[in-house]
Amino acid sequence: MFQHMKILAATVAIGFATAGMARADGTVEVLHWWTSGGEAKAVGELKKAFEAQGGTWEDSPIAGGGGDAAMTALRARVVAGNPPAAVQLKGPGIQEWAEQGALNDVEDVAEAEKWDSVLPPVLASIMKYDGKYVAAPVNIHRVDWFWANPEVLAKAGITEMPTTWDEFNTMADKLKEMGITPLAHGGQPWQDATVFEDVVLGIGGADFFRKALVDLDQEALTSDTMIKSFDQLRRMRGYVDANFSGRDWNLATAMVMKGEAAFQIMGDWAKGEFLAAGKVPGKDFLCAPTPGKGFVLNSDSFTFFKVSGDDRLKGQKVLASLIMSPDFQETFNLAKGSIPARTDVPLTKFDACAIKSHEDLLAAIKNNSLVPSMAHEMAVPRSVRGEFLDVVTNFFNSDMSSEDAVKTLADAVKRAQ
Amino acid sequence: MDAQANHRTFSRTFERWLPKIVVSPLFAASLVFVYGFIAWTVYISFTKSGVMPNYTFDGLAQYDRLWGTPRWYVALWNLFVFSTLFIAISTAIGILLAILLDQRVRAEGFIRTVYLYPMALSFIVTGTVWKWILNPGLGLERLMHMAGFTDFTFDWLVNSRMAIYTVVIAGVWQSSGYAMALFLAGLRSVDDEILKAASIDGAGPVRIYSSIVLPMMRPVFLSTIIILAHLAIKSFDLVIALTGGGPGYATDMPATFMYAFAFQRSELGVAAASAVMMLMTVTAIIVPYLYSELRRTGR
Repeated sequence: MFQHMKILAATVAIGFATAGMARADGTVEVLHWWTSGGEAKAVGELKKAFEAQGGTWEDSPIAGGGGDAAMTALRARVVAGNPPAAVQLKGPGIQEWAEQGALNDVEDVAEAEKWDSVLPPVLASIMKYDGKYVAAPVNIHRVDWFWANPEVLAKAGITEMPTTWDEFNTMADKLKEMGITPLAHGGQPWQDATVFEDVVLGIGGADFFRKALVDLDQEALTSDTMIKSFDQLRRMRGYVDANFSGRDWNLATAMVMKGEAAFQIMGDWAKGEFLAAGKVPGKDFLCAPTPGKGFVLNSDSFTFFKVSGDDRLKGQKVLASLIMSPDFQETFNLAKGSIPARTDVPLTKFDACAIKSHEDLLAAIKNNSLVPSMAHEMAVPRSVRGEFLDVVTNFFNSDMSSEDAVKTLADAVKRAQ
Repeated sequence: MDAQANHRTFSRTFERWLPKIVVSPLFAASLVFVYGFIAWTVYISFTKSGVMPNYTFDGLAQYDRLWGTPRWYVALWNLFVFSTLFIAISTAIGILLAILLDQRVRAEGFIRTVYLYPMALSFIVTGTVWKWILNPGLGLERLMHMAGFTDFTFDWLVNSRMAIYTVVIAGVWQSSGYAMALFLAGLRSVDDEILKAASIDGAGPVRIYSSIVLPMMRPVFLSTIIILAHLAIKSFDLVIALTGGGPGYATDMPATFMYAFAFQRSELGVAAASAVMMLMTVTAIIVPYLYSELRRTGR
């Protein structure tokens, strides 16, 4: 009996102790939709790191609809006054929520850890509202990549990756003549828009990209450069196989892998597919930036919502600091296939494509040719992005002329602003 | 005595009130969750709502945007094309199958089940199956190519001008069996004596069906068309599964349009305006029908 009491007392004591510890290092609830494969693994790393610091992690994964379901849940939670501490939310979406007064800033953490000096300025400005950090980036994905199958290219006598769209067209014509599909593509609006923005970068350069797709300058949107971009997109429609409609991006990647197609234009999450199939970069598949000497930036981030209570506020700050720690940025991005958002993390464990991405990123920051992605919700609000997607995908799937497309696009963007 | 009388009056009052008491929670629930939210949606459509509901009044600006969006016209036109063809073809096939089955064929029960079976599937399953059948590199076209007919093309699913018709095909496949069952029940209820009398008078089978049987089945037509019409208007899942609204937004319907704007684009205001337009359309169809039905029963 006495023995029992002792054990009980000890258990209670331990219980108090652990509860006390958890309280000491905060609680976070994290809302995200990383539920599959490498993504789930990556978010698991974050959970592990947070718990290693003694905090309590409440996971709220909401899968479905590429985040649409999660956003619906988030809206309901914010209206009810009970938001999660951190939400997987990116780009101008951060500003939209900040304007609603729904966010907490983590400026004190950011200042103490000097985030300004380690993040690319373009990315840092997206993470800030009113000059204060309200979100922390976990990675950088590059959108303007060619992925290619070297064996297929060798058949057509191609040894170098294209550096201009004209070069690409010549290669593609040759491949097509030989009966090989030049471009593996999935006909979903966001994929059409991904190709489109890479084309705009290649035809107009980074400054034009910024003017047209970020600042939404009417003059740039109706310019000849824009018409030329649509002409190139029309040309690329001919390089796609007949079944592209509705295909998922990973199936398009598989076409390149299996040698059914030569190129794919896709962000570096496509690399994950190659690596998962045991392919080696440089040998089984090639990566090279699309023309334009720029860098189209996509970045996932966690945005901090207005929670209250010391425990949750503490947890939020611990999480912010953890997300930006070099160790975490390394492990997370090794799992997800992207590169760290911090530019000062050594890339010794990363593959050749990631190292190339990092080099180009630094060069792009220096030359001011780093641009946020329109197709991946980094540049413009979702409403404007939606209008872009409508026009681009409608153009790609019909015989609309480039002049009409430009006019429709300019009108649509004006309407959505 | 008194107590008994009291008891009787009480139980009578209770009996009179019981149905009202039982129904009232349901009534209250539908008042809030149906009509309350309809009112809320209408209100939202007149506000500046974007990513979150915003109760600042904004007049007709959201309707302006809605009617200035080309995609909305595509959605409306698709709804018109789809529902017209879907209802017409399903009804026609339904009647034809019903008449053929009505000829006292052998194994009728088995055949009837076969035709009715698609109805047991959800539109999601139907959409997915037809997506594979109609995919040029996977289904029918490829089959024909393998069989040696290499000139055969059937690319409606990926052709933005024809894609809406693939939705019609899948919808008809799903629902014409159901229409057949309704018509068959109607045909069976026609009195045999009338048919005998007609054939004694020398009317052939075509004449009997076209002049006697079908006109007698007017109520069956009405209920079939109403059931098919509501299937057509709420056909959201079929489009999502079959084409995802694509290629581009060529097969968008008002329901998918509304979903895209509310949940993918953070434009609650425009989405609410489109929902109100859908409500108005349905009202415009239902009210005259209800009016004529109620007047008839009132008489």
